[in-house]
Amino acid sequence: MTAFFETLGMPYGWAWFVATICGILLIALPLMLAVAMIIYVDRKIWASMALRRGPNVVGPFGLLQSFADGLKVFLQETIVPSASNKGLFLIAPIITFTVALMAWAVIPFNSGAVLADINVGLLYILAISSLGVYGVVISGWASNSKYPFFSAMRAAAQMISYEVSIGFILICVVLWAGSFNLNAIVEAQRDHVWLINGFVANPLLFPMWVMFLISGMAETARAPFDLTEAESELVAGYQTEYSSMSFALFWLGEYANVLLMCTLNAVLFFGGWLPPLDWAPLYGATLFGTYVSFGFIWLLLKIFFFFFIFSWVKATVPRYRYDQLMRLGWKIFLPTSLLFVVLVSGWLMLTRYGA
Amino acid sequence: MIQVLAFYLFAFLTILSGVWVILSRNPVHSVLWLILAFFNAAGLMVLVGAEFIAMLLVIVYVGAVAVLFLFVVMMLDIDFAELRAGFVKNFPLGIAVALVLVCELVLGMGAEKLGALHLGTPDGSAAPLVDKSNIQSIGALLYGKYLFLFESAGLILLVAMVGAIVLTHRERKDTRPQNISKQNQRRPDEATVNVKPEVGKGVRL
Repeated sequence: MTAFFETLGMPYGWAWFVATICGILLIALPLMLAVAMIIYVDRKIWASMALRRGPNVVGPFGLLQSFADGLKVFLQETIVPSASNKGLFLIAPIITFTVALMAWAVIPFNSGAVLADINVGLLYILAISSLGVYGVVISGWASNSKYPFFSAMRAAAQMISYEVSIGFILICVVLWAGSFNLNAIVEAQRDHVWLINGFVANPLLFPMWVMFLISGMAETARAPFDLTEAESELVAGYQTEYSSMSFALFWLGEYANVLLMCTLNAVLFFGGWLPPLDWAPLYGATLFGTYVSFGFIWLLLKIFFFFFIFSWVKATVPRYRYDQLMRLGWKIFLPTSLLFVVLVSGWLMLTRYGA
Repeated sequence: MIQVLAFYLFAFLTILSGVWVILSRNPVHSVLWLILAFFNAAGLMVLVGAEFIAMLLVIVYVGAVAVLFLFVVMMLDIDFAELRAGFVKNFPLGIAVALVLVCELVLGMGAEKLGALHLGTPDGSAAPLVDKSNIQSIGALLYGKYLFLFESAGLILLVAMVGAIVLTHRERKDTRPQNISKQNQRRPDEATVNVKPEVGKGVRL
């Protein structure tokens, strides 16, 4: 896009600047819209599994429900508890929301369609997702209230625990792809096993995908690992004292994080914008004389597929107890992922880098 | 132009947040300023082209160390009056430490002015690989040239970790932790009994 703005007569620096701003808006605005719609989808899936109708009043099929909710919270009064630490209390939801948007900078939406094509892409995602815990911890502490504080402690311990195993899982993927760049990782999955695009078809990486999916749910504090907002124990967890837009920012950030996890599942294990099979007609078609790539559509379908799994799990699996959550993270996922790092690197030593 | 602006922004914020780490009355605020300082330092690393180090700084320090730090500081019960009383008592010591640091800084800068010490190998093998990314350069050094040192450092850390766990671990006999495999092996017929008690007789449990 920088080249396009340069043709308009801008110097390179300004062209780059304007192009980057446009790129950010092109990602962030549809993402916000997607979050609003995905909340609706989540409620619909959840409702149909509980034999209910779900939102069906606002707009056709209740499609505008999220916007009605958004308008409602927007018009509410922002209540700041008098005993809270005001500055931090208001900064916390902003941190959660901003961090949830930041990670999207390195996600490839199609061949080369990425805002920042950096060669430490996956490390950047790890770094950003490790920042997510601050929003929760700061909000819990700044609320100066018991339940949010408990929730903040839980969230901090939970996210740190699962980040360790996620790190090892990503190492396996990086070893196989030979790069930290997300576009290169997607390209490495082309025709991986018998024309299938995606590391998931690899027997050594399939267990890693299962663990990544579960760890992703724990990392984003989705059900069945939503102990940070377990309503039977902690009222609403760290969001208890929040109202109005500050509450909505948490909500949006949480769903943006869930979407990011779905996207990472698609990009790292299911071939991202590649079609499921390495067969030319699936990549794109020539419409009206121009070649149209289907990459974005494939990625979108995969994201929806994973979001459906996330909703499905939320609707059917009961919440874990805290000690069970910790046990799963430290005693099962950590040793297993460590073992697989050894197995994957050993296999690659034998086959790819063998002397 | 943008690089210069970004450099001054990051440098200014790093120093500012460093100052606030010391000046904040509330230790939790201090930790949060410290995190901001780490983050801006990572930004400076990106500007000098060391993006791998920058990401590691964020992952390790901001994402792990500072979270644990914050965790502990938040749970402390802090008496501010007591802290301020300690300030006067420890003031001379603090001044002494600060003086030592200033002296070291001056010494370091003075020595650098006289001619930099070249710690890299003369054949230039410690320099970044040409046309290779940061990660590949570091990997080639750590897992090639300095493999033994790197691995032994890792081993020493492992021993230290095991030692720390052994020293602080205590076996608790009074708890009954959940045994999940035992639970999963239980079947209904061994866990339940079907009894038909006569009226008024009760059941032996």
